[in-house]
Amino acid sequence: MAGTSQTPRVGRRPVMENVRVTIHAITVLGHDRPGIIADTTGRLAALGLNLEDSSMTRLRGHFAMTLVCAGAASEAEISAGLAPLAADGTLTVTVFELPDEDAAAEPGRPYVLAVHGGDRPGIVSSVTAEIAAVGGNITDLTTRLAGELYVVVAELDLPAAVDVAALGEAIGRVAAELGVEATLRPVEADEL
Amino acid sequence: MSQQGSQPGSAATVNDRVAGWSEAELGVEGRVLDVVRAPAEVLATPGADVDPASPEAVQLAADLIATMRVSPGCVGLAADQVGVSARMFCVDVAGHPKTRTHHGTFVLCNAEIVEASRNEKAREGCMSVPDLTGDVKRATRVTVRGQLPVTGEEVVVMTDAFEARCLQHEIDHTNGLVFLDRVAGAHAIHPRKTYL
Repeated sequence: MAGTSQTPRVGRRPVMENVRVTIHAITVLGHDRPGIIADTTGRLAALGLNLEDSSMTRLRGHFAMTLVCAGAASEAEISAGLAPLAADGTLTVTVFELPDEDAAAEPGRPYVLAVHGGDRPGIVSSVTAEIAAVGGNITDLTTRLAGELYVVVAELDLPAAVDVAALGEAIGRVAAELGVEATLRPVEADEL
Repeated sequence: MSQQGSQPGSAATVNDRVAGWSEAELGVEGRVLDVVRAPAEVLATPGADVDPASPEAVQLAADLIATMRVSPGCVGLAADQVGVSARMFCVDVAGHPKTRTHHGTFVLCNAEIVEASRNEKAREGCMSVPDLTGDVKRATRVTVRGQLPVTGEEVVVMTDAFEARCLQHEIDHTNGLVFLDRVAGAHAIHPRKTYL
């Protein structure tokens, strides 16, 4: 992910004392209430799982957790351990093992794309299609709907060969067709 | 409006002409106007140059101040925020806790940033984007050149901290930009939890 200095551990699965360590992706979605995170992570800890990258937020008031964890527990064991979370029907839990993949490609140059304007269908798909067309990789994206205003902020890695000015113009043309504003800027990181 | 000089440790030198300016110089009563909210084309359109001495510009200056004054927490308002695509804004950060150097209430026409340094990220809001705030990196030291209304005299304002941020935010408005165009990343926009 942009903004972190850690190398993604994809493809470098650790071995702990001859126990096969697996990586699982877990999602917990549904009605928000106090205690979901404490409950979920407590159950994962009880299974000996190590919480790695995660995103836990509210989307239009609904709780949305996506996380990746590492450990020796099987998918069945994790599913059984988290089952009580979904018992009252207000939360949906999914668990699946992630395949052992090759390491992610070298990160490119980081940019931030901001788009805002009147809400209408197709804003995200149209703008992200321009990024995909040049091989740009979106590493983080947030959308917010506030009344009539729709806002998209995306962080992207662009391969070194990409003509950024041309990409900015292409995004600008799409934005104009949609009647929204778009700004593409390099990420400014201050090394301390 | 009291004139307060630079705080100890501040490098900015107060422009006495600007600090001494008040809306009494406009000689007209300001009217409270409706504030335009995004999405609106006027907010995304670069403003036209204004003639600071024209009666329309003088009235607009008074209207901006009057509208700012009745809006709780408002420390600056640009012409496009009241639906007028013109390069004019008012500011007044005198009462804000993050303010160091300030020039009280003033209006600038056709303003531009001459120098900017020492970036810092902070969360800002805008009356035209009332439901969101955003983390924006801006210079904490700026030199801004613009014209005062009525006389049209050119003034240079050197300032820092919150007044510097406010001036950059307002000059962005005159160029058809809002803070959403400058947010730092995907996790830099936030639903507003408290309204002033």
